[in-house]
Amino acid sequence: MRSWRACAAASCRGPTPTGKGWTELNHNGVVGPSGPKLLSARFGRTDGHRLAVYEKEGGYQALRRVLGGMQPAEVQAVVKESGLRGRGGAGFPTGTKWGFVPQAAEQVYFFVNADESEPGTFKDRFLLDYDPHQTIEGTIISCFAVRASLGFIYIRGEFGWLIDRVQKAVDECYAAGYLGKNILGSGYNLDLIVHKGAGAYICGEETGLINSVEGRKGQPSIKPPFPAVSGFLKKPTIVNNVESVASVPWIIMNGAAAYRAFGTEKSPGTKLFSVSGPVKRPGVYEIPLGMPFRTFFNDVLGGMADGEELKAVIVGGSSVPVLPADEIMNCNLDYESLGSAGTMLGSGGMIIIPKRCDMVELIQVLMHFYWDESCGQCTPCREGTGWLHRLVKKLRRGEGTPEDLERIEHVCSGMAGLTICPLSDAAVMPMRSFLAKFRGEFEALIQDQTPVAAESRWPRGEQE
Amino acid sequence: MTKPMQELPMDGTPGFALSPGALARIDALAARYPTKASALMPCLWVIMDELGWVPPGGVDLMVEKLDVTHARVNEVLTFYTMFRDTPQAKHTLQVCHNISCHIMGARPLIRHLEERLGVKLGGRTADGQFQIEGAECLGACGMGPCLQLGTHLYENVTPAKADALLESLRRGVVPRADTDREGVD
Repeated sequence: MRSWRACAAASCRGPTPTGKGWTELNHNGVVGPSGPKLLSARFGRTDGHRLAVYEKEGGYQALRRVLGGMQPAEVQAVVKESGLRGRGGAGFPTGTKWGFVPQAAEQVYFFVNADESEPGTFKDRFLLDYDPHQTIEGTIISCFAVRASLGFIYIRGEFGWLIDRVQKAVDECYAAGYLGKNILGSGYNLDLIVHKGAGAYICGEETGLINSVEGRKGQPSIKPPFPAVSGFLKKPTIVNNVESVASVPWIIMNGAAAYRAFGTEKSPGTKLFSVSGPVKRPGVYEIPLGMPFRTFFNDVLGGMADGEELKAVIVGGSSVPVLPADEIMNCNLDYESLGSAGTMLGSGGMIIIPKRCDMVELIQVLMHFYWDESCGQCTPCREGTGWLHRLVKKLRRGEGTPEDLERIEHVCSGMAGLTICPLSDAAVMPMRSFLAKFRGEFEALIQDQTPVAAESRWPRGEQE
Repeated sequence: MTKPMQELPMDGTPGFALSPGALARIDALAARYPTKASALMPCLWVIMDELGWVPPGGVDLMVEKLDVTHARVNEVLTFYTMFRDTPQAKHTLQVCHNISCHIMGARPLIRHLEERLGVKLGGRTADGQFQIEGAECLGACGMGPCLQLGTHLYENVTPAKADALLESLRRGVVPRADTDREGVD
C-alpha cells in the first residue's frame, strides 16, 4: 500500500506542503496543525460567525467577483471544472446538476439541504455554527449560477440553536446588501428563507425536502421528473448539501485548478469527516480526499481511546456498509477506493466501533432507526424495515433459527432498489454487510439460544 | 408548579388563543412564502413556540389562514416527530439512542434517568414536570451521549451531569448548553 507521503507526491497532489496535512477541530475550539482549510478556516473560533470577521478575512469577495461581471454559465463552468461532487452522500457532480436546469425556465428555486440527520454525521452543523456566512455566500453564488430568485436553507428542527444563528447571519446579509433587491448594484435579486424542519430523517432526501417545504408530509416523490426540471411548486429546483455550497466561494476565488490540486483525480478537493466513537480525538476534520484511512486513524484521530480495540468502521454515515478493521485499514478516503472495498464515502460520518460492541445489538439499533424513519409510502420499505427489526430482535431473544438468516437475506432482496427513494437501500446496506462480515455473531446467538438480558435488548423500554 | 397532567385541557379549542405577536408572525409568514400552504410548517412552529403543542384550535387557525384542509394540517402535524398534538411536560428530555451515542453509553444514561425520575422512557412524571424520550440522532455524534431540552443541547452527558441538569431544572434554572459559546453574541 502506498504511504500517505507517496500519495501526496503522486496522484493526490496534496495536502499543503507545510504542516501535517489536516485541520484538527473539536468542539472546544482547538484548531490543530495547519493543513488545508478551504472550509474550516474559522472552525473552533468564537467570532467566526460574525459578518465583520468573515468580510475581514476575505468573505463575500467571491460574490463581488461573480456579480461584478461573470455570467451564470461561467460560474457553472468553474464549478463543473473543479470536479466538486455533492457532499451530502450521493457524490453527484455539483456543476453537472446545475446544468440540468432548463435554460428557458422563468422561475428557479434553490435549496440548501441542512437536514443533517444521518447517524454519525455532524459536519454541516459545524459549518453553519462556526461559519454560517461561508455557506450563505456559497448559496448566493449558487443561486446566481442557476438564476434562482428565491432560496431556502432547510435546517433540521433539532438544531434549534443553529437556526437562530443562521437566521441572524441572514439578517446581517440583508442589512449589508448581500441579499434582497439589486445585490451589490448588480441588478440581481435574491431572497433567502431559513426553514426549520420538524424531525423527519426522510426530509434529507431532496424530493422529501421539497414536499416538506410545500407544506406536506416529507414523503419523497418518484423520479423522473428530477427536481432540476420539476421540483418545488413544479418549477426547476436545485437541492445541494451545505458542504457543497460552502465549497463554492473558495473555488470561485482560487479557481478550479487550485481546487483540483487537492484530493484525487476523480475525488478532487477536501472533505469534512465527522468522527464518533471511542477514539482519542473524535470531532470534525478537513482532509484532502485520498488520505489513507490508516494515516487518518493513527495520526489524526490518535487511535483508539484507552483500553479500546478497533473492531469495525462505518465510514460514511450509518447507511453505508460496515468494514471490519483489517479491511478499512487498506482503504484510502475517497469515492473510488471505498467503492472498490465494497462501501461508500457517503456523508463522511465515520463511526468507530470498538471490540466490546455486539454487532447484532448495533444492527438492531440501526434497524429500529430505519423502521422508525420510513415514511411509509412504499410497501417494501414500510414492511421490510419493520420485518428486519423484528428478525434481529428475535435472534436476540434467543429464538432465532438458521432460516432466519436466510429470511433476512430474502427480505433485503425484496427491498433493495425497489422503492421511490433510497431509505430502503439505506437499511439494507448495513443489514447485509453486518450479516456478511460478522455472521459468526449472528450464528452464535442462534446456537446459544440464550436470550440477551431484556434490559440490554433495547434501550427504549419498548415492549418486546 | 404546573397543574397535574390530567387537569390540563385536552381539547384546546375553547381556550385557544395566540398572542397578537404570534398572529402577526403567522400573517407575515403566509405572505413571505411563495404559497400560503408552503408556510404551514413555520406557522405550526409559531404555535408550538407559544404553547408547546398545537391544540385543535391551532389546526382550525391554520385552515383559516393558509387555505388548506384539516386533513393536510393533521397529516403534517402527525408526520413530524417534533410537532405535538397533546400537551407536553414542562421539561422534555430527549436522549439520543442512535448508534454513536449507543456506543458511548446512551443506554446506561437512559437507565439512570429512568431511575432518577421513576418513569420509563416515553413516560412523564406524575407532577407533569419531566418527560424522557428517545431521539433518533441529534447530530452530536462525536460528543455522545447527548440529550436535548428544547433548543438546548447537552453533550458528553454522564449520569453526574444528568443529575446536575435535573437538579437545576427543579430549581427553575435551565443550565447553559454545550452549544452556547461564551461571548458569541
